[in-house]
Amino acid sequence: MIELRGVHKSFGPLQVLRGLDLFVDEGRSFAVMGPSGSGKSVLLKHVIGLLRPDSGRVLVAGNSVPDLGRDELRELRREMGYLFQFGALINWLTVFENIALPLRETTDLPEDEIAGRVRRVLRQVHLEGAEDRYPSQISGGMQKRVGLARALVTEPRVILYDEPEAGLDPGMSQSVSELMRELQGEFGITSLIVTHSQLCARIAADRLGIFDQGVILVEGTPAEVLASDHPRVREFLGSRRE
Amino acid sequence: MRDPFTRLGSTLVTPTVRQAGFGVWLSGRTLALLPHLWRRRRSLLDQMYLAGVKSVHVVAFVAFFIGMIVALQIGLKLAEYGQQDSIGMLVAISMAREMAPFVTAVVLAASVASAMAAELGTMKVQDELTALEVMSIDAVSYLVLPRVLAMTLMAPILTAVADVVGIVGGGVIAVTQLQLDFPAYLLSVDEALRDPGLLGLPQDLYAGLIKSVVFGFMIAVVGCGSGMMAEKGAAGVARTTREAVRTSIILIIIFNYFLSWLLVA
Repeated sequence: MIELRGVHKSFGPLQVLRGLDLFVDEGRSFAVMGPSGSGKSVLLKHVIGLLRPDSGRVLVAGNSVPDLGRDELRELRREMGYLFQFGALINWLTVFENIALPLRETTDLPEDEIAGRVRRVLRQVHLEGAEDRYPSQISGGMQKRVGLARALVTEPRVILYDEPEAGLDPGMSQSVSELMRELQGEFGITSLIVTHSQLCARIAADRLGIFDQGVILVEGTPAEVLASDHPRVREFLGSRRE
Repeated sequence: MRDPFTRLGSTLVTPTVRQAGFGVWLSGRTLALLPHLWRRRRSLLDQMYLAGVKSVHVVAFVAFFIGMIVALQIGLKLAEYGQQDSIGMLVAISMAREMAPFVTAVVLAASVASAMAAELGTMKVQDELTALEVMSIDAVSYLVLPRVLAMTLMAPILTAVADVVGIVGGGVIAVTQLQLDFPAYLLSVDEALRDPGLLGLPQDLYAGLIKSVVFGFMIAVVGCGSGMMAEKGAAGVARTTREAVRTSIILIIIFNYFLSWLLVA
């Protein structure tokens, strides 16, 4: 479903991706862990077509993302959801309006069907009753759930998560991770998760890769990777006990 | 270590050219998206209220004092030659042609362009613009079109308000300092604005209103464009807001000259 082969990306003299290989099967969930500032979010931006690789291939559902035209990329993005680190909700819209936004803007669905879909995803993320509140009136955890609801409302085949646990306390982080797992299991959504949290990787991912210096160093099930003897992996995980 | 010329180019010339290029692209794209207007009608009305109705009192206050200043500066000189009866004419022409569109544009640049730059800049640094892009929502249609159009429509309306209030301000000086009676002052104003032009409006008046349409469009494009180019957190938003006001005012002055030359000279 998602495939990156030999992807290189530099920003000026800074090499961020150095021949990255990554494969996520349809309906499965892959987490990428790595040090801050190592380029994990850059990886996600290649998958959604916000960045183009200097070389290498980026494929989503068989489409070569860098080669898509503007309209084709828009079509592909309609099948993808993206959860931003801090939700990226539009602050003058209510929770309901934020979630309805992609449907109102990119589909011709009637308003009553949009309302039905919004209420359904609000139930899925356990946020019934928050429809009329503004992003500034809800907690960080709730904002993250609203972001997730907005990503889900278009019924995507793929969701990209950019540090879903960022800014959350451990309890809320666990709850969001469990929700991600629940949604993936229920709807068979292919997920690519960039995270700092071992807890999130353990709960939400089928497979885990440790990302460092532009490549995936070690890959396997979360249990295998978290027990890996690789010195860089031990060094990274050792500094992040949970 | 780069040589000084390269450094000067990359810190001064490159960003300016990039900003100008983006501004031109944004103007064209906004005009090309005019058919989306019906979908943006609610947002357009909101922006007309924010940009126009909420600026009326500031524009009126400034215009009133500008009218008084013009009347005072010119009137006292005219009085030395016993020509103070013409003060209404001179206030009306200077307000209609020059002062009202200019002052309105500067007030809008300082208040509305800065607000637009800060609002869109904050959205940019908080990934909200990227969120729109990944949801396949055109940020220019969703955010820029209603703002630019609202300013383009409201700027001439505010300018007309400034014309009227400025002339009244001049009248206050004519009555209190130059010992004219108000009907005589208004007669002089009427004489100045009698020359009919486009759509039956006085020629001097519509020249000022055309200027204000251009200023309104330009100020909103600069405000939105600066915001969309914001980078690097809160400090980046602050810099962007400053640049939006500075660039708007510089462009208002430059365009004012060329429009005056085209419309009046």
